[in-house]
Amino acid sequence: MPGWIRGSGMIEKKNSMTAVTAQPKVATLIQDELDTPPLTLGQLTWRRFRRHKMALIGGIVLIFLFFYAFGGSLFASEKYANFNDTSISMQQPSVAHPFGTDAIGRDILARTIYGGQISLIIGLFAVMIETFFGILVGALAGYYGGVLDNILMRITEAMLNIPEIFLLIVMAKFFSGKIPDLEITGRTFSGSVVVIVVIIGATSWMYLARIVRAEFLSLKENDFVLAARATGTSNAEIIFRHILPNSFAPIVVTATLGVANAILAEAYISFLGLGVQPPTATWGNMLDGANNYLDTAPWLWFFPALLILLTVLSINFLGDGLRDALDPRSRAS
Amino acid sequence: MSRYILRRFLQGIPLLFVISLILFMLMMNMGDPIATMGGRSIVRPEERARLTRQLGLDKPIYVQYIYWLIGNDWTKVDLNGDGIAETPGTRHGILRGDFGTSLVNRGESVVQVIGDRLPNTLLLMVASEIVVLLGALLVGIYSALRQYSALDNILTAILFVGYSMPIFFVALLSMYIFSVLFKRWGLPYLPTVGMFDPPVGDTVGQVLLHMILPVLTMSLVSFASYSRYIRSTMLEVMSQDYIRTARAKGLPRTTIVYIHALKNAALPIVTVIGLDLPFLLGGAVVTERIFAWPGTGRLFLDYLGRGDVPVVMGILMIIAVAVVVFQIITDIVYAWLDPRIRYD
Repeated sequence: MPGWIRGSGMIEKKNSMTAVTAQPKVATLIQDELDTPPLTLGQLTWRRFRRHKMALIGGIVLIFLFFYAFGGSLFASEKYANFNDTSISMQQPSVAHPFGTDAIGRDILARTIYGGQISLIIGLFAVMIETFFGILVGALAGYYGGVLDNILMRITEAMLNIPEIFLLIVMAKFFSGKIPDLEITGRTFSGSVVVIVVIIGATSWMYLARIVRAEFLSLKENDFVLAARATGTSNAEIIFRHILPNSFAPIVVTATLGVANAILAEAYISFLGLGVQPPTATWGNMLDGANNYLDTAPWLWFFPALLILLTVLSINFLGDGLRDALDPRSRAS
Repeated sequence: MSRYILRRFLQGIPLLFVISLILFMLMMNMGDPIATMGGRSIVRPEERARLTRQLGLDKPIYVQYIYWLIGNDWTKVDLNGDGIAETPGTRHGILRGDFGTSLVNRGESVVQVIGDRLPNTLLLMVASEIVVLLGALLVGIYSALRQYSALDNILTAILFVGYSMPIFFVALLSMYIFSVLFKRWGLPYLPTVGMFDPPVGDTVGQVLLHMILPVLTMSLVSFASYSRYIRSTMLEVMSQDYIRTARAKGLPRTTIVYIHALKNAALPIVTVIGLDLPFLLGGAVVTERIFAWPGTGRLFLDYLGRGDVPVVMGILMIIAVAVVVFQIITDIVYAWLDPRIRYD
């Protein structure tokens, strides 16, 4: 981002900050005339979010998708999803197999259910790692400044300068086959799931780190930080208890949109055959080799890809709504 | 201004250095390049050891990095395995323009290998950038002038879906519709793979025909953000005083929109193009894979799979340099186009 844009953003930020701090005075003046108690921050946010129809729909679709992926396992067992019968391979969608069967005769509906679980889990966990690194790097750089800031931001910049897909592919190759399969609650997960979660987290924290750093840079100049420091509060406590909660809104929005990006990233590398390894299904690796069946079996790639699109679209709408609802600039108005 | 440009270039050098270091460390687990080399199967251990020495793979990683960076012609290397370095090195290092030699295509230099494919990728990139830009200008201006009209709302919805579309889904769907279904319906259909039909040959018409689907695919994803961007800058400009003045003095609407407003509204898009262009290479990886387009994206995937570190590093460094240089060029061009921008 060029310097002058960042610069103007800071000015806007400061204006909104003064507007927010000026608010209590006005509020106390008007409060006497109000019959109803003032709305809490949560209520205000919900009220703004509700106005965003598409975000609401996105949220509802997302809940349905979660039910589909996790509730679906009540109707089809994982064994069934991985059960292959080559005598019924590449069958068109029918009553017995609503989404058809794949090249080695596995039921695609059951595989989209279990694939959905893995895809959604990867999305959520990758974002947790992304958020952890993003906050850590951004907070340290923004709070301490100086040499540390310089080093961390150079690394961030270096990572940002390589298109994410290349980093993902190189890292997927770097870590491939290093982690053995895992047994969790009687189910076997391919070790590649862990690898994918880690590398998606490790290649996507840079934007968040920059946002958090910018927040810290402006917030640390506030009087409440000075007060905290004057009373001998430790640096860790200032960072995590005083400044971090104030930069909650952009972190939540970035993390929400991050889930969509993580699901897409998983789909891309699994599509290229470098992601999660079969028999563990994901929406992404169900598409691996899809172009070989472009004309003979379109159901093979259509349903998983449609589910990815639906998920990403819903999350994007949700994130958009959250941004409008949580944005301090619209709060000031 | 020239001091600013100089400073930006000087800042770019350590940045590229850090990038190369990170990437080189990631390259250390690319599988055994000797096992997959040039179709030859190397079984004898002494031959394997000789090749390892020849390629410098027996050296510790930091030495390999130094050789890759500045070459090894200033020192001697041990080729016969007796522990005494006797043969002068021949590599010049990437800083002196020597990207090394490919491991898969023995004897061919990396520059040559990449140079063969790069024009194909650039062709796709430039074409889709033009398509995106023209389409986005059209849609963006229309949406801005008729804000909240029915078509504006429909376009907004379509663009949002397009923005969320994974590239491979766009590619698969467009291939299915324009090639498979069109063929089935007896309509003229588009080719899906490669750059040309081998029997017809490498003619301009063939390449253009084969370009349609990949370009369409690559365009759709950036199309959404571009047209939204133009829409918002156009809206902003249209509400400014000088537009009101132009309207008040009775200028025709088309003059106002296309001469007065568009000039200022289109300026910020320069930054978007400049920052986006090198990243199109990333989108090209998936697109080229699906459409079997012989560009750098597919080269990257193929050679990464076979552990050809010099070629892979070469591609990655070219992209990194492109990103850094394009950022600087964008800043300069923007300042040149818009005299309100001052850097010093």
